[in-house]
Amino acid sequence: MNMAVSNLYLNEFSRVKTALPGQRLPWLTNMREEALASFRTTGFPTLRDEDWKYTSVARIEQGHFSLRAATTQPVTARQIETLVLPDMQLLVFVDGHHIPTLSRIDALPAGVTVASIADLLEREPETLQSLLTRQSRGYSSGFAALNVACMADGAYIHLAEGAVLETSIHLLFVACTDNLASHCRNQLIAGANSRACIVEHHAMLGAASYFTNVVTSIAAGSSARIEHHKLQQESPKAFHIAAVNADLNEGSHFLSSSFALGGALSRTDINVTLSGEGAECSLDGLYMGDGRQHMDHHTCIDHSKPRGTSRELYKGVLAGASRAVFNGKVIVHPDAQHSDAFQTNHNLLLSEQAEVDTKPQLEIWADDVKCSHGATVGQLDDNQVFYLRSRGVDDSAARALLTHAFAAEMVDRVGLASLRSRLDRLLRERLPQSSEVLS
Amino acid sequence: MLDISNLHVSIDNKPILRGIDLTVKAGEVHAVMGPNGSGKSTLALVLAGRDNYAVTAGEVRYLGHDLLTLSPEERAREGVFLAFQYPVEIPGVANIYLLKAALNAQRLHRGEAELDAVDFLALVRDKLKFMGMDEALLYRPVNQGFSGGEKKRNEILQMAVMEPRLAILDETDSGLDIDALKVVADGIENMRSPQRALILVTHYQRLLNYIVPDRVHVLSQGRIALSGGPELALELEHRGYGWVDAGKDSRTGVMP
Repeated sequence: MNMAVSNLYLNEFSRVKTALPGQRLPWLTNMREEALASFRTTGFPTLRDEDWKYTSVARIEQGHFSLRAATTQPVTARQIETLVLPDMQLLVFVDGHHIPTLSRIDALPAGVTVASIADLLEREPETLQSLLTRQSRGYSSGFAALNVACMADGAYIHLAEGAVLETSIHLLFVACTDNLASHCRNQLIAGANSRACIVEHHAMLGAASYFTNVVTSIAAGSSARIEHHKLQQESPKAFHIAAVNADLNEGSHFLSSSFALGGALSRTDINVTLSGEGAECSLDGLYMGDGRQHMDHHTCIDHSKPRGTSRELYKGVLAGASRAVFNGKVIVHPDAQHSDAFQTNHNLLLSEQAEVDTKPQLEIWADDVKCSHGATVGQLDDNQVFYLRSRGVDDSAARALLTHAFAAEMVDRVGLASLRSRLDRLLRERLPQSSEVLS
Repeated sequence: MLDISNLHVSIDNKPILRGIDLTVKAGEVHAVMGPNGSGKSTLALVLAGRDNYAVTAGEVRYLGHDLLTLSPEERAREGVFLAFQYPVEIPGVANIYLLKAALNAQRLHRGEAELDAVDFLALVRDKLKFMGMDEALLYRPVNQGFSGGEKKRNEILQMAVMEPRLAILDETDSGLDIDALKVVADGIENMRSPQRALILVTHYQRLLNYIVPDRVHVLSQGRIALSGGPELALELEHRGYGWVDAGKDSRTGVMP
């Protein structure tokens, strides 16, 4: 990596390290130092890296984002009122730091723990030691290493065996400070037969330019049922790098959705390992770009054990000169017989300048499996546009309506009512002309 | 109401309509018949404003104005309606929203107030009942998963809601069984009024058993080869289209 950039990160790290949570823990300090060293060796990914060939992160590298060990930005409950999802437990992070006064966690059922990572590192670091140690081997990219080195906070959710969290948890990450980098780490550990649903929501106040680098790790015990929904509404000047790493035990069920709406550049990696027999996952996604937005989704579903099922449906709507990347990898290991994997990616290009690179990637090493994939890139159907216009609907409203219908399929698939109605509202705001017809 | 003169239309530089002259007055029902490929559907689509056809000569006047300069949506709001031969499926848009948008676009255009959901529903329920349609169809996506008959009924329902001044029905009878044909035909017949003109584009005579037209025209090779009264349709039913060829019959109303 460029020396100046490398030194910049070293200096930033040195400046805040004593204020980072858990700095009195030798194992954690070592982990951070090693991660930083790894980052300084590998640096940020470049277009020469196969996994990053369509997404340049040069603007992040050149961004000079600084670290801050604690937030200094006062945010009021009123300011985030419109972001909060109703009927959910709420954990608020401002610029990557948990703010208890804005959060609202009601009485939790027995066997459920919800805490902030920073808090836990101070109070019960042993809870996290083996977990973090396990996750800190072999970084998939410089971002993952940087996340470990600079990790300042995040959500920790633990479900004991059989624990059922009836009320979903809203993890609201609000960014509001210019030139700041935040490196959050979320952990969801779900015991056997437990059930939970979380929404990881990245939003902004005041359209600042900042860098979010977040990693969410999910471990689903046998027969657990876990939902993870990600809503990315970063500032138009922000950079968003995220990873969701889920490990599914025997017979567990994982439902993931990723909605990318904001950010100048966003990249979400969703890695699911079906490490127990008969595990099931369903991955949904919708990205909607406009202007010069760049949105990248890389998903990897790893069928390690027999009789796993995976379903994936991603859709993209690209307007203006926006650009999207969808890379969907499915790996079926030799002993993962009777795996059933199905992947689809549909893209709608609304302008000549919009672009999408879609790439299904199937690596199948077992012989008795059902795997298929399909990808399309297209424009609005002229016959449909004409049909609507022949009924008196404006050309632009007809196009908005058809675009809305295309995207709404993903929204309608969200089972969590309060998230679904939020997404519906966001979609209508994005396509006001269609909203007029659909009211 | 409608004056088509010397209309020439091409698609991809291939002439499809080669000099159509047709005048339709308010209160009249005209049938446009002809073999496949004679240009019937092209005529219907050009009148509705489909833009992949190039008008190379001629003009179309509607209520005294140049129809061809209007966009499809302006035509619709001015009272031109096309019932599609192949109604288009619009996944994700419930039927009721399209019906309401269609009616309200027209009302706004005329300077009338938009109908609210309650008034609209009352209006549309009446029309549904007449068309023998289940209210559940309102909440299904437009034409998606509809049977052939349901799609055609849905076109007539739209027409009944929009109450056009000029309705062009493109092979609305095709693909219908006898019972569905009766319902659709009744729906069309019910729209007959002194203020309204109807153009029935059809390949077969059978729809005309229910709706007796004032005039029948036979299209052949992009021209009207024959025009006559309702009896012409019966003659075509007996003799087929083979004997009709542009300019060859002594009774041809319009010479090339």
